[in-house]
Amino acid sequence: MTAIIQIENLSKQYDSGTRALSDVSLSIEEGEIIALLGPNGAGKTTLISIICGLVVPTGGRVLVGGHDIRTDWRAARKLIGLVPQEIALEPFEKVINCVRFTRGLYGEGPDDAYIEQVLRSLALWDKRDAMTRELSGGMKRRVLIAKALAHRPKVLFLDEPTAGVDVALRREMWEVVDQLRRDGVTIILTTHYLEEAEEMADRIGVINKGQLLLVKPTADLMGEFGKKTLTIELMEPLAVVPQALLDRPLRLSPDGRSLAYEYDTRAERTGIAHLLGDLAGQGIMVRDVSTRQSSLEEVFMTLVSEPRQEVTA
Amino acid sequence: MSGVNWPGVWAIFHHEMTRFFRTVMQSLLSPVLSTVLYFVVFGAAIGGRIQSVEGVEYGAFIVPGLMMLTILQQSVSNASFGIYFPKFSGTIYEYLVSPVGWIEVTLGFVGAAAMKAVLIALVILLTSFFFVGVHILHPFWMLAFLILTATGFSLLGFIIGLWAKSFEQLQIVPMMVITPLVFLGGAFYSSDMLPPFWEGIAKLNPVLYLVSGFRWSFFGLADVPVGVSLVAVGLMIAVCCLAIRWIFATGWRLRE
Repeated sequence: MTAIIQIENLSKQYDSGTRALSDVSLSIEEGEIIALLGPNGAGKTTLISIICGLVVPTGGRVLVGGHDIRTDWRAARKLIGLVPQEIALEPFEKVINCVRFTRGLYGEGPDDAYIEQVLRSLALWDKRDAMTRELSGGMKRRVLIAKALAHRPKVLFLDEPTAGVDVALRREMWEVVDQLRRDGVTIILTTHYLEEAEEMADRIGVINKGQLLLVKPTADLMGEFGKKTLTIELMEPLAVVPQALLDRPLRLSPDGRSLAYEYDTRAERTGIAHLLGDLAGQGIMVRDVSTRQSSLEEVFMTLVSEPRQEVTA
Repeated sequence: MSGVNWPGVWAIFHHEMTRFFRTVMQSLLSPVLSTVLYFVVFGAAIGGRIQSVEGVEYGAFIVPGLMMLTILQQSVSNASFGIYFPKFSGTIYEYLVSPVGWIEVTLGFVGAAAMKAVLIALVILLTSFFFVGVHILHPFWMLAFLILTATGFSLLGFIIGLWAKSFEQLQIVPMMVITPLVFLGGAFYSSDMLPPFWEGIAKLNPVLYLVSGFRWSFFGLADVPVGVSLVAVGLMIAVCCLAIRWIFATGWRLRE
């Protein structure tokens, strides 16, 4: 695969002195979905705002499809579609006209067949003649996506696509993104919903305080940093953890009916077999066992509390 | 102008003109009504006492001034509102991330604002035919002055819209600056009618040169040489273009 976006030593310092981005380098390949994860104010929006042309960087450079965003901005911008965080639409305009307008801005001639295809794929075709102010929040967000796709961009930026939307709509957005992935669109999304990054992204980049802490394939990140918890359901409740097992990282549930054992999936030995053997040795009968992988939220907290300098881009 | 994104210019122009035609009755009725009132008050009531100015019937004499008043007010308000509204609604981001630069955005917004102002001014000219007999001596130059002035003041309005941070600011410049300049710019009188001191002061008003040139195209009468009027409007267009180019290059009030 080839890099569609090449970010080299990108920095941004605002006039107020705030350093929003520090020396960020990243290569994004065509067709992949990458999630930029970080708390509010981490620099995620600044990063995509620079690539899209909303913010001028103070250092470094960005190539989109080989075009420099500063010197060859027209060619670079034609490849990009942006779905902003805030819903911003002309209130007294019809949905279809909004999409046609954006297509025109990008220098493309009218193509109602393609616009129909985009609106249908986003379940907006029936609303094509509705004024945007009459639409629900979810539909407005889909209109923003339709506008961003109006000129067939190769790269789509989604800035916090599901911020402030309900669970059903979030699921709907994920399906839209999944469809775009199948269509071969490269997608860069920012989010602080960790579940979202885990669900959608091929790779996850973690940003904090303007630094890209790391970029890794989602599965690797989960595997590398993920801890698992083994929950052991007991036949009979325990009052306390037996003396012989106190050296193990065990937690007894308040009702005494289950034990939680946290282990590292990267460790050579998980200690599960020994633990189960020792429980049997103590005469403790097991009813059931289950495991749970720690959430990306826990992974993320581990990363931002211990910043790493190594970046795999 | 190779390299200009013409479909982008057309998209903005068409979008703005659609907004105008959506509310065409309001857009036209208000200026036409104002003009009728001006004719009644200045033309019939006061004009009856003035008889003629430099050989031109007073009712006819004020026609170019009224058209100029409309052109200036409409150009400034259309262009300033046109660019301020995307800033207010947040849709300005589209112009900043798409492959359109200051040239396309300016041509689209200013072109539409000037076009609207010219259309309204021509409607006012038609309205005036019902009240007075107006003969246009130089129709080509009349149209040229109309278009150039509309362009110059639409550019000024565009800058006001870029500068404004609130609807109040959007209103204040046209109200506090443009209207007084027009009234003191000889819309309803010849600057020769002023005492010498005030005539000198009036010559500092740029609008005087526009009204004068425009009136010349109607009656062949001018307070200042026509060439000076043309240079004044050309200079205004050039300065405004440079200012807009600077705003887009620095992102002042756009990328904040």
